[in-house]
Amino acid sequence: MEKVADRNNREGLKGWLNPGRYGWERVSYWLQRLTGVGLLAYFVGHIYETSSLTQGPDAWNAMLELTQTPMGHLILMLVIGMSTYHSVNGIRLIFTHGGKGLGKPGRPDYPYDAISLNYRQKSGIWIALILAAVAMLYGASVLFGGE
Amino acid sequence: MTEQVIEKIETMDKKRAREKHEKEHPKSSVTLKIYRANRLAGERAHYDSIEVPVQRWTTVLDALLYAKEYKDASIGIRYSCRMASCGSCGMKINGIPRLACYTKVSELEGSTITVEPLANFPHIRDLVTDFSQFFAHHRDMQPYIQNEQADIKDMNKLSEFMQSPEDLDKFLQFSYCIKCGLCYSACPTVATDTKFPGPQALSQAYRYFIDNRDTAGKERTKIVDDRHGIWRCHFAGSCSSVCPKGVDPALGIQLLRGHLLGFSKNEKKNAELKERLKREGD
Amino acid sequence: MTMLRESQIMKIHYITGIAALFVVAVHIIMRLIMPYDMSLEYENVIANYHNIPYVILLESILVLIAIHGFNGLRVILLELRQSKAWEDGVTILTIAAMMGVIAYGTRTIIVVNGMGFE
Repeated sequence: MEKVADRNNREGLKGWLNPGRYGWERVSYWLQRLTGVGLLAYFVGHIYETSSLTQGPDAWNAMLELTQTPMGHLILMLVIGMSTYHSVNGIRLIFTHGGKGLGKPGRPDYPYDAISLNYRQKSGIWIALILAAVAMLYGASVLFGGE
Repeated sequence: MTEQVIEKIETMDKKRAREKHEKEHPKSSVTLKIYRANRLAGERAHYDSIEVPVQRWTTVLDALLYAKEYKDASIGIRYSCRMASCGSCGMKINGIPRLACYTKVSELEGSTITVEPLANFPHIRDLVTDFSQFFAHHRDMQPYIQNEQADIKDMNKLSEFMQSPEDLDKFLQFSYCIKCGLCYSACPTVATDTKFPGPQALSQAYRYFIDNRDTAGKERTKIVDDRHGIWRCHFAGSCSSVCPKGVDPALGIQLLRGHLLGFSKNEKKNAELKERLKREGD
Repeated sequence: MTMLRESQIMKIHYITGIAALFVVAVHIIMRLIMPYDMSLEYENVIANYHNIPYVILLESILVLIAIHGFNGLRVILLELRQSKAWEDGVTILTIAAMMGVIAYGTRTIIVVNGMGFE
Protein backbone atom coordinates (compact mmCIF):
# COMPACT_ATOMS: atom_id res chain seq x y z
CA MET A 1 0.00 0.00 0.00
CA GLU A 2 1.35 3.43 -0.84
CA LYS A 3 2.40 5.45 2.18
CA VAL A 4 0.68 8.83 2.15
CA ALA A 5 2.28 11.64 4.17
CA ASP A 6 1.20 11.78 7.79
CA ARG A 7 -0.59 14.97 8.82
CA ASN A 8 1.00 14.66 12.25
CA ASN A 9 4.37 16.20 11.75
CA ARG A 10 5.77 16.14 15.28
CA GLU A 11 9.34 14.99 15.46
CA GLY A 12 8.59 12.71 18.38
CA LEU A 13 11.47 10.95 20.08
CA LYS A 14 13.51 11.40 16.89
CA GLY A 15 13.53 15.10 17.75
CA TRP A 16 15.70 14.29 20.76
CA LEU A 17 18.37 12.70 18.56
CA ASN A 18 21.14 14.63 16.82
CA PRO A 19 21.34 17.30 19.52
CA GLY A 20 24.48 18.75 17.96
CA ARG A 21 22.55 20.60 15.28
CA TYR A 22 21.41 23.22 17.80
CA GLY A 23 24.49 23.88 19.91
CA TRP A 24 25.86 23.03 23.32
CA GLU A 25 22.76 23.70 25.41
CA ARG A 26 20.77 21.10 23.45
CA VAL A 27 23.59 18.58 23.90
CA SER A 28 23.69 19.26 27.64
CA TYR A 29 19.89 18.76 27.85
CA TRP A 30 20.22 15.41 26.13
CA LEU A 31 23.11 14.32 28.37
CA GLN A 32 21.30 15.47 31.52
CA ARG A 33 18.33 13.24 30.61
CA LEU A 34 20.53 10.31 29.63
CA THR A 35 22.62 10.48 32.79
CA GLY A 36 19.50 10.95 34.91
CA VAL A 37 17.86 7.80 33.61
CA GLY A 38 21.16 5.91 33.83
CA LEU A 39 21.68 6.99 37.42
CA LEU A 40 18.11 6.03 38.35
CA ALA A 41 18.71 2.55 36.93
CA TYR A 42 21.98 2.29 38.87
CA PHE A 43 20.25 3.53 42.05
CA VAL A 44 17.60 0.81 41.89
CA GLY A 45 20.26 -1.80 41.19
CA HIS A 46 22.41 -0.52 44.05
CA ILE A 47 19.51 -0.72 46.54
CA TYR A 48 18.95 -4.31 45.44
CA GLU A 49 22.69 -5.06 45.63
CA THR A 50 23.06 -3.76 49.18
CA SER A 51 19.96 -5.64 50.32
CA SER A 52 22.00 -8.85 50.10
CA LEU A 53 23.60 -7.76 53.39
CA THR A 54 20.44 -8.86 55.19
CA GLN A 55 21.13 -12.46 54.21
CA GLY A 56 24.52 -12.70 55.84
CA PRO A 57 28.16 -12.67 54.72
CA ASP A 58 27.80 -15.51 52.20
CA ALA A 59 25.11 -13.69 50.25
CA TRP A 60 27.10 -10.46 50.42
CA ASN A 61 30.27 -12.08 49.16
CA ALA A 62 28.36 -13.76 46.36
CA MET A 63 27.03 -10.34 45.35
CA LEU A 64 30.56 -8.92 45.52
CA GLU A 65 31.80 -11.62 43.16
CA LEU A 66 29.15 -10.48 40.72
CA THR A 67 29.99 -6.80 40.95
CA GLN A 68 33.70 -6.58 41.69
CA THR A 69 34.63 -7.63 38.18
CA PRO A 70 36.30 -5.58 35.41
CA MET A 71 32.85 -5.10 33.85
CA GLY A 72 31.46 -4.04 37.23
CA HIS A 73 34.30 -1.57 37.68
CA LEU A 74 33.70 -0.16 34.22
CA ILE A 75 30.02 0.35 35.00
CA LEU A 76 30.93 2.02 38.28
CA MET A 77 33.35 4.31 36.44
CA LEU A 78 30.55 5.26 34.07
CA VAL A 79 28.32 5.95 37.07
CA ILE A 80 30.99 8.20 38.57
CA GLY A 81 31.20 10.18 35.32
CA MET A 82 27.41 10.35 34.96
CA SER A 83 26.83 11.53 38.53
CA THR A 84 29.52 14.22 38.28
CA TYR A 85 28.14 15.54 34.99
CA HIS A 86 24.52 15.40 36.20
CA SER A 87 25.33 17.22 39.46
CA VAL A 88 27.50 20.00 38.02
CA ASN A 89 25.20 20.59 35.06
CA GLY A 90 22.24 20.40 37.45
CA ILE A 91 23.67 23.23 39.53
CA ARG A 92 24.15 25.26 36.34
CA LEU A 93 20.53 24.51 35.38
CA ILE A 94 19.18 25.60 38.77
CA PHE A 95 20.83 28.99 38.26
CA THR A 96 19.74 29.39 34.64
CA HIS A 97 16.20 28.15 35.31
CA GLY A 98 15.93 30.98 37.81
CA GLY A 99 17.08 33.45 35.17
CA LYS A 100 20.51 33.98 36.73
CA GLY A 101 23.61 34.24 34.55
CA LEU A 102 21.62 34.85 31.37
CA GLY A 103 22.07 38.58 30.93
CA LYS A 104 19.49 41.34 30.77
CA PRO A 105 16.93 41.90 28.00
CA GLY A 106 17.75 44.83 25.75
CA ARG A 107 17.44 45.97 22.16
CA PRO A 108 18.45 43.24 19.70
CA ASP A 109 20.69 44.16 16.81
CA TYR A 110 22.28 42.31 13.87
CA PRO A 111 23.39 39.46 13.93
CA TYR A 112 20.61 38.92 16.48
CA ASP A 113 22.58 36.53 18.68
CA ALA A 114 20.70 35.39 21.77
CA ILE A 115 22.27 36.69 24.99
CA SER A 116 20.93 33.76 27.00
CA LEU A 117 23.26 31.49 25.02
CA ASN A 118 26.28 33.33 26.43
CA TYR A 119 29.64 31.79 27.27
CA ARG A 120 29.23 32.30 31.01
CA GLN A 121 26.50 29.70 31.34
CA LYS A 122 27.79 27.67 28.37
CA SER A 123 31.12 27.22 30.15
CA GLY A 124 29.18 25.49 32.94
CA ILE A 125 28.50 22.67 30.47
CA TRP A 126 32.17 22.37 29.58
CA ILE A 127 33.18 22.45 33.25
CA ALA A 128 30.69 19.66 33.95
CA LEU A 129 32.13 17.55 31.14
CA ILE A 130 35.73 18.17 32.21
CA LEU A 131 34.99 17.41 35.86
CA ALA A 132 33.19 14.22 34.83
CA ALA A 133 36.23 13.12 32.84
CA VAL A 134 38.55 13.92 35.76
CA ALA A 135 36.32 12.07 38.22
CA MET A 136 36.20 9.06 35.90
CA LEU A 137 39.99 9.02 35.69
CA TYR A 138 40.31 9.21 39.46
CA GLY A 139 37.71 6.49 39.84
CA ALA A 140 39.61 4.32 37.38
CA SER A 141 42.79 4.79 39.41
CA VAL A 142 41.04 3.65 42.58
CA LEU A 143 39.07 0.77 41.06
CA PHE A 144 41.68 -0.59 38.69
CA GLY A 145 44.72 0.70 40.55
CA GLY A 146 44.32 -1.94 43.24
CA GLU A 147 45.52 -0.61 46.60
CA MET B 1 67.43 36.01 -0.70
CA THR B 2 65.02 38.61 0.65
CA GLU B 3 63.44 38.89 -2.79
CA GLN B 4 62.81 35.17 -2.84
CA VAL B 5 61.12 35.36 0.59
CA ILE B 6 59.00 38.31 -0.58
CA GLU B 7 58.06 36.42 -3.74
CA LYS B 8 57.07 33.44 -1.66
CA ILE B 9 54.88 35.58 0.60
CA GLU B 10 53.28 37.25 -2.45
CA THR B 11 52.44 33.88 -4.00
CA MET B 12 50.96 32.68 -0.72
CA ASP B 13 48.89 35.86 -0.39
CA LYS B 14 47.61 35.60 -3.96
CA LYS B 15 46.68 31.97 -3.37
CA ARG B 16 44.84 32.87 -0.18
CA ALA B 17 42.94 35.70 -1.91
CA ARG B 18 41.99 33.43 -4.78
CA GLU B 19 40.71 30.76 -2.42
CA LYS B 20 38.73 33.37 -0.48
CA HIS B 21 37.25 34.73 -3.71
CA GLU B 22 36.34 31.23 -4.82
CA LYS B 23 34.74 30.56 -1.44
CA GLU B 24 32.52 33.60 -1.82
CA HIS B 25 31.26 32.65 -5.27
CA PRO B 26 31.50 28.91 -5.31
CA LYS B 27 28.18 27.99 -6.84
CA SER B 28 26.53 29.08 -10.03
CA SER B 29 23.76 26.55 -9.52
CA VAL B 30 22.42 24.40 -6.70
CA THR B 31 20.12 21.40 -6.52
CA LEU B 32 17.03 21.98 -4.43
CA LYS B 33 15.73 18.80 -2.85
CA ILE B 34 12.13 19.73 -2.07
CA TYR B 35 9.77 17.66 0.10
CA ARG B 36 6.58 17.02 -1.84
CA ALA B 37 3.44 15.50 -0.39
CA ASN B 38 -0.21 16.00 -1.25
CA ARG B 39 -2.30 13.94 1.16
CA LEU B 40 -5.65 14.92 -0.28
CA ALA B 41 -4.58 13.67 -3.70
CA GLY B 42 -3.25 10.50 -2.11
CA GLU B 43 0.26 11.38 -3.24
CA ARG B 44 3.13 9.56 -1.60
CA ALA B 45 5.68 11.74 0.22
CA HIS B 46 8.81 12.11 -1.89
CA TYR B 47 11.60 14.56 -2.69
CA ASP B 48 11.88 16.40 -6.02
CA SER B 49 15.36 17.49 -7.11
CA ILE B 50 15.38 20.69 -9.11
CA GLU B 51 18.49 22.49 -10.37
CA VAL B 52 18.36 26.26 -9.93
CA PRO B 53 20.89 28.95 -11.01
CA VAL B 54 22.13 31.14 -8.15
CA GLN B 55 24.08 34.33 -7.66
CA ARG B 56 25.96 35.61 -4.61
CA TRP B 57 22.80 37.19 -3.21
CA THR B 58 20.27 34.45 -3.98
CA THR B 59 18.19 33.38 -0.99
CA VAL B 60 16.59 29.97 -0.58
CA LEU B 61 13.21 31.64 -1.15
CA ASP B 62 14.46 33.13 -4.44
CA ALA B 63 15.64 29.68 -5.47
CA LEU B 64 12.29 28.10 -4.54
CA LEU B 65 10.33 30.75 -6.43
CA TYR B 66 12.56 30.27 -9.49
CA ALA B 67 11.85 26.54 -9.30
CA LYS B 68 8.13 27.26 -8.95
CA GLU B 69 8.10 29.72 -11.85
CA TYR B 70 10.25 27.89 -14.40
CA LYS B 71 10.35 24.24 -13.43
CA ASP B 72 7.32 23.06 -11.41
CA ALA B 73 4.43 25.41 -10.72
CA SER B 74 2.75 22.97 -8.31
CA ILE B 75 5.23 23.48 -5.45
CA GLY B 76 3.34 24.67 -2.37
CA ILE B 77 5.19 27.49 -0.59
CA ARG B 78 4.02 30.09 1.90
CA TYR B 79 5.78 33.45 1.78
CA SER B 80 4.97 37.15 1.84
CA CYS B 81 7.30 40.00 2.74
CA ARG B 82 10.61 38.44 1.59
CA MET B 83 12.43 40.45 4.26
CA ALA B 84 12.21 38.47 7.54
CA SER B 85 9.36 40.63 8.79
CA CYS B 86 6.19 38.58 8.34
CA GLY B 87 7.38 35.14 9.46
CA SER B 88 5.54 33.22 6.69
CA CYS B 89 8.40 31.40 4.96
CA GLY B 90 9.63 29.27 7.87
CA MET B 91 10.87 25.85 6.75
CA LYS B 92 13.51 23.26 7.53
CA ILE B 93 16.57 24.03 5.42
CA ASN B 94 19.26 21.34 5.61
CA GLY B 95 17.61 20.04 8.77
CA ILE B 96 17.42 23.31 10.72
CA PRO B 97 14.34 25.58 10.92
CA ARG B 98 15.13 28.84 9.13
CA LEU B 99 13.38 31.61 7.25
CA ALA B 100 13.81 30.93 3.53
CA CYS B 101 13.98 34.66 2.71
CA TYR B 102 16.67 35.23 5.33
CA THR B 103 18.95 32.33 4.34
CA LYS B 104 21.38 32.96 1.51
CA VAL B 105 22.32 29.96 -0.60
CA SER B 106 25.96 31.01 -0.29
CA GLU B 107 25.92 30.55 3.50
CA LEU B 108 24.85 26.92 3.16
CA GLU B 109 27.36 24.15 2.65
CA GLY B 110 27.23 21.74 -0.24
CA SER B 111 25.58 21.98 -3.63
CA THR B 112 22.34 20.28 -2.57
CA ILE B 113 19.87 22.11 -0.37
CA THR B 114 17.22 19.98 1.33
CA VAL B 115 14.02 21.91 1.97
CA GLU B 116 11.30 20.39 4.16
CA PRO B 117 8.23 21.69 5.97
CA LEU B 118 8.62 22.92 9.56
CA ALA B 119 8.52 20.05 12.05
CA ASN B 120 5.97 19.93 14.90
CA PHE B 121 3.27 21.67 12.83
CA PRO B 122 0.50 19.59 11.23
CA HIS B 123 1.36 19.17 7.59
CA ILE B 124 -0.89 20.52 4.82
CA ARG B 125 0.96 20.19 1.51
CA ASP B 126 4.57 20.30 0.36
CA LEU B 127 6.22 23.05 2.40
CA VAL B 128 3.02 24.45 3.93
CA THR B 129 2.01 23.68 7.52
CA ASP B 130 -0.92 24.41 9.80
CA PHE B 131 -0.37 27.16 12.37
CA SER B 132 -3.76 27.00 14.13
CA GLN B 133 -2.58 25.18 17.24
CA PHE B 134 0.46 27.44 17.44
CA PHE B 135 -1.82 30.52 17.44
CA ALA B 136 -4.17 28.82 19.92
CA HIS B 137 -1.31 28.36 22.41
CA HIS B 138 -0.49 32.05 21.98
CA ARG B 139 -4.10 33.06 22.62
CA ASP B 140 -4.12 30.95 25.80
CA MET B 141 -1.52 33.29 27.27
CA GLN B 142 -3.95 36.26 27.07
CA PRO B 143 -1.55 38.30 24.94
CA TYR B 144 -2.94 41.77 25.67
CA ILE B 145 -2.48 44.42 28.34
CA GLN B 146 -4.90 43.99 31.22
CA ASN B 147 -5.34 47.11 33.33
CA GLU B 148 -8.67 48.14 34.92
CA GLN B 149 -7.53 51.73 35.19
CA ALA B 150 -7.27 52.12 31.43
CA ASP B 151 -10.82 52.88 30.42
CA ILE B 152 -10.93 52.38 26.68
CA LYS B 153 -14.64 53.03 26.54
CA ASP B 154 -14.33 56.64 27.66
CA MET B 155 -13.20 58.21 24.40
CA ASN B 156 -13.23 61.77 25.81
CA LYS B 157 -10.21 61.09 28.01
CA LEU B 158 -6.77 60.87 26.46
CA SER B 159 -4.38 59.26 28.92
CA GLU B 160 -0.88 57.94 28.70
CA PHE B 161 1.01 55.34 30.68
CA MET B 162 4.17 56.97 32.00
CA GLN B 163 6.60 54.22 31.01
CA SER B 164 10.34 54.97 31.13
CA PRO B 165 12.93 53.64 28.63
CA GLU B 166 14.17 51.26 31.34
CA ASP B 167 10.65 49.86 31.76
CA LEU B 168 10.45 49.46 27.98
CA ASP B 169 13.75 47.63 27.70
CA LYS B 170 12.47 44.97 30.10
CA PHE B 171 10.06 43.59 27.50
CA LEU B 172 10.93 45.25 24.18
CA GLN B 173 12.96 42.44 22.59
CA PHE B 174 10.17 39.93 23.31
CA SER B 175 7.69 42.13 21.50
CA TYR B 176 9.73 41.76 18.30
CA CYS B 177 8.40 38.22 17.82
CA ILE B 178 7.05 37.71 14.29
CA LYS B 179 5.36 34.37 15.11
CA CYS B 180 7.35 32.56 12.45
CA GLY B 181 7.25 29.29 14.41
CA LEU B 182 10.93 28.41 14.04
CA CYS B 183 11.35 28.20 17.82
CA TYR B 184 8.29 25.93 18.14
CA SER B 185 9.79 23.69 15.50
CA ALA B 186 13.20 23.50 17.17
CA CYS B 187 11.99 22.83 20.72
CA PRO B 188 12.62 19.25 21.98
CA THR B 189 9.63 19.40 24.34
CA VAL B 190 7.24 20.44 21.57
CA ALA B 191 8.56 17.48 19.57
CA THR B 192 6.84 15.07 21.99
CA ASP B 193 4.49 17.05 24.25
CA THR B 194 1.26 18.04 22.50
CA LYS B 195 0.06 20.17 25.44
CA PHE B 196 3.21 22.23 25.83
CA PRO B 197 2.52 25.83 24.71
CA GLY B 198 5.95 26.23 23.13
CA PRO B 199 8.65 28.86 23.48
CA GLN B 200 6.79 31.54 21.53
CA ALA B 201 3.69 31.50 23.75
CA LEU B 202 5.70 31.28 26.97
CA SER B 203 7.98 34.16 26.05
CA GLN B 204 4.90 36.23 25.18
CA ALA B 205 3.53 35.35 28.61
CA TYR B 206 6.69 36.93 30.03
CA ARG B 207 6.42 39.91 27.68
CA TYR B 208 3.05 40.81 29.21
CA PHE B 209 4.00 39.75 32.73
CA ILE B 210 6.95 42.14 32.94
CA ASP B 211 5.27 45.02 31.06
CA ASN B 212 4.47 47.47 33.84
CA ARG B 213 1.28 48.61 32.15
CA ASP B 214 -0.17 45.15 32.87
CA THR B 215 -1.65 44.30 36.27
CA ALA B 216 -2.61 40.67 35.68
CA GLY B 217 0.76 39.16 36.66
CA LYS B 218 -0.70 36.70 39.17
CA GLU B 219 -3.21 35.33 36.67
CA ARG B 220 -0.50 34.95 34.04
CA THR B 221 1.66 32.89 36.39
CA LYS B 222 -1.34 30.68 37.15
CA ILE B 223 -1.78 29.99 33.43
CA VAL B 224 1.80 28.78 32.97
CA ASP B 225 2.14 26.98 36.32
CA ASP B 226 0.89 23.72 34.90
CA ARG B 227 2.03 20.12 34.46
CA HIS B 228 2.57 20.85 30.77
CA GLY B 229 3.34 24.54 31.18
CA ILE B 230 6.52 26.44 31.84
CA TRP B 231 8.00 23.61 33.93
CA ARG B 232 8.43 21.41 30.87
CA CYS B 233 11.00 23.83 29.45
CA HIS B 234 14.50 22.54 30.20
CA PHE B 235 16.56 25.36 28.67
CA ALA B 236 17.80 23.38 25.71
CA GLY B 237 18.17 26.82 24.08
CA SER B 238 17.28 25.61 20.58
CA CYS B 239 14.51 28.19 20.36
CA SER B 240 16.90 31.08 20.89
CA SER B 241 19.50 29.62 18.57
CA VAL B 242 17.06 29.59 15.62
CA CYS B 243 15.15 32.83 16.30
CA PRO B 244 15.81 35.21 13.36
CA LYS B 245 14.80 38.39 15.23
CA GLY B 246 16.90 38.12 18.39
CA VAL B 247 13.80 37.66 20.56
CA ASP B 248 15.67 35.08 22.67
CA PRO B 249 12.54 33.24 23.91
CA ALA B 250 14.66 31.06 26.21
CA LEU B 251 15.65 34.16 28.16
CA GLY B 252 12.04 35.23 28.56
CA ILE B 253 11.00 31.79 29.79
CA GLN B 254 13.82 31.46 32.33
CA LEU B 255 13.17 34.99 33.62
CA LEU B 256 9.47 34.15 34.07
CA ARG B 257 10.42 30.94 35.83
CA GLY B 258 12.70 32.98 38.07
CA HIS B 259 9.65 34.89 39.23
CA LEU B 260 7.77 31.64 39.87
CA LEU B 261 10.69 30.18 41.81
CA GLY B 262 11.22 33.29 43.89
CA PHE B 263 14.65 34.01 42.42
CA SER B 264 13.39 37.43 41.33
CA LYS B 265 11.14 39.39 43.60
CA ASN B 266 8.53 41.18 41.60
CA GLU B 267 9.83 44.71 41.89
CA LYS B 268 7.56 45.85 39.10
CA LYS B 269 6.14 49.24 39.84
CA ASN B 270 2.98 49.70 37.84
CA ALA B 271 3.10 52.52 35.31
CA GLU B 272 1.20 55.59 36.27
CA LEU B 273 -1.73 56.43 34.04
CA LYS B 274 -1.66 60.16 33.44
CA GLU B 275 -4.37 62.18 31.83
CA ARG B 276 -2.82 64.18 29.04
CA LEU B 277 -5.41 66.06 27.08
CA LYS B 278 -9.08 66.77 27.35
CA ARG B 279 -11.05 67.11 24.14
CA GLU B 280 -12.98 70.32 23.55
CA GLY B 281 -16.46 70.44 25.00
CA ASP B 282 -15.53 68.78 28.30
CA MET C 1 -3.46 12.71 48.99
CA THR C 2 -3.32 16.45 48.31
CA MET C 3 -2.56 17.49 44.79
CA LEU C 4 0.61 19.55 44.62
CA ARG C 5 0.98 22.40 42.15
CA GLU C 6 3.62 21.74 39.52
CA SER C 7 5.69 24.66 40.85
CA GLN C 8 5.78 23.03 44.29
CA ILE C 9 6.79 19.67 42.82
CA MET C 10 9.62 21.28 40.85
CA LYS C 11 10.83 23.25 43.89
CA ILE C 12 11.06 19.91 45.73
CA HIS C 13 12.91 18.49 42.73
CA TYR C 14 15.54 21.25 42.84
CA ILE C 15 15.94 21.12 46.62
CA THR C 16 16.28 17.33 46.76
CA GLY C 17 18.85 17.56 43.98
CA ILE C 18 21.05 20.01 45.85
CA ALA C 19 20.67 18.23 49.18
CA ALA C 20 21.43 14.84 47.61
CA LEU C 21 24.68 16.24 46.24
CA PHE C 22 26.06 16.78 49.73
CA VAL C 23 24.96 13.50 51.26
CA VAL C 24 26.07 11.41 48.28
CA ALA C 25 29.47 13.11 48.35
CA VAL C 26 29.91 12.03 51.96
CA HIS C 27 28.77 8.49 51.09
CA ILE C 28 31.39 8.25 48.32
CA ILE C 29 34.15 9.68 50.51
CA MET C 30 33.41 6.94 53.07
CA ARG C 31 34.65 4.42 50.48
CA LEU C 32 37.97 6.23 50.32
CA ILE C 33 38.90 6.46 54.04
CA MET C 34 40.40 3.00 53.81
CA PRO C 35 41.71 0.92 50.90
CA TYR C 36 38.80 0.39 48.51
CA ASP C 37 38.75 -3.41 48.60
CA MET C 38 38.93 -3.42 52.38
CA SER C 39 36.02 -1.00 52.61
CA LEU C 40 33.80 -3.58 50.92
CA GLU C 41 34.48 -6.40 53.35
CA TYR C 42 31.41 -7.63 55.20
CA GLU C 43 32.53 -6.58 58.69
CA ASN C 44 33.47 -3.07 57.61
CA VAL C 45 30.18 -2.59 55.79
CA ILE C 46 28.14 -3.88 58.73
CA ALA C 47 30.08 -1.59 61.07
CA ASN C 48 28.84 1.37 59.00
CA TYR C 49 25.26 0.29 59.54
CA HIS C 50 25.78 0.32 63.32
CA ASN C 51 26.92 3.94 63.18
CA ILE C 52 23.75 5.93 63.79
CA PRO C 53 24.80 9.20 62.07
CA TYR C 54 25.78 7.16 59.01
CA VAL C 55 22.44 5.35 59.10
CA ILE C 56 20.70 8.72 59.07
CA LEU C 57 22.88 9.70 56.11
CA LEU C 58 21.94 6.53 54.19
CA GLU C 59 18.26 7.03 54.87
CA SER C 60 18.43 10.65 53.66
CA ILE C 61 20.23 9.60 50.47
CA LEU C 62 17.54 6.99 49.91
CA VAL C 63 14.66 9.42 50.32
CA LEU C 64 16.22 12.36 48.47
CA ILE C 65 17.43 10.38 45.46
CA ALA C 66 14.22 8.36 45.22
CA ILE C 67 12.14 11.55 45.12
CA HIS C 68 14.48 13.35 42.71
CA GLY C 69 14.99 10.38 40.42
CA PHE C 70 11.41 9.19 40.14
CA ASN C 71 10.10 12.71 39.72
CA GLY C 72 12.60 13.14 36.89
CA LEU C 73 11.33 9.94 35.33
CA ARG C 74 7.75 11.19 35.74
CA VAL C 75 8.65 14.39 33.87
CA ILE C 76 10.28 12.48 31.00
CA LEU C 77 7.36 10.06 30.69
CA LEU C 78 4.73 12.82 30.87
CA GLU C 79 6.35 14.53 27.92
CA LEU C 80 6.14 11.39 25.78
CA ARG C 81 2.37 10.92 25.73
CA GLN C 82 -0.55 13.03 26.91
CA SER C 83 -3.67 10.88 27.25
CA LYS C 84 -5.46 10.94 30.65
CA ALA C 85 -4.81 7.21 31.15
CA TRP C 86 -1.09 7.60 30.47
CA GLU C 87 -0.66 10.67 32.68
CA ASP C 88 -2.57 9.15 35.60
CA GLY C 89 -0.72 5.86 35.16
CA VAL C 90 2.69 7.51 35.08
CA THR C 91 1.93 9.62 38.17
CA ILE C 92 0.67 6.65 40.18
CA LEU C 93 3.46 4.30 39.05
CA THR C 94 6.28 6.72 39.79
CA ILE C 95 4.91 7.54 43.23
CA ALA C 96 4.46 3.82 43.93
CA ALA C 97 7.98 3.06 42.70
CA MET C 98 9.32 5.90 44.86
CA MET C 99 7.60 4.54 47.96
CA GLY C 100 8.54 0.97 47.11
CA VAL C 101 12.25 1.73 46.76
CA ILE C 102 12.27 3.80 49.94
CA ALA C 103 10.51 1.00 51.82
CA TYR C 104 12.85 -1.69 50.48
CA GLY C 105 15.97 0.34 51.25
CA THR C 106 14.75 1.26 54.73
CA ARG C 107 14.12 -2.43 55.39
CA THR C 108 17.74 -3.18 54.51
CA ILE C 109 18.98 -0.42 56.81
CA ILE C 110 16.83 -1.49 59.75
CA VAL C 111 17.53 -5.21 59.39
CA VAL C 112 21.28 -4.80 58.98
CA ASN C 113 21.40 -2.33 61.83
CA GLY C 114 19.77 -5.00 64.01
CA MET C 115 22.17 -7.72 62.89
CA GLY C 116 25.21 -8.57 64.96
CA PHE C 117 28.68 -9.19 63.63
CA GLU C 118 29.35 -12.74 62.41
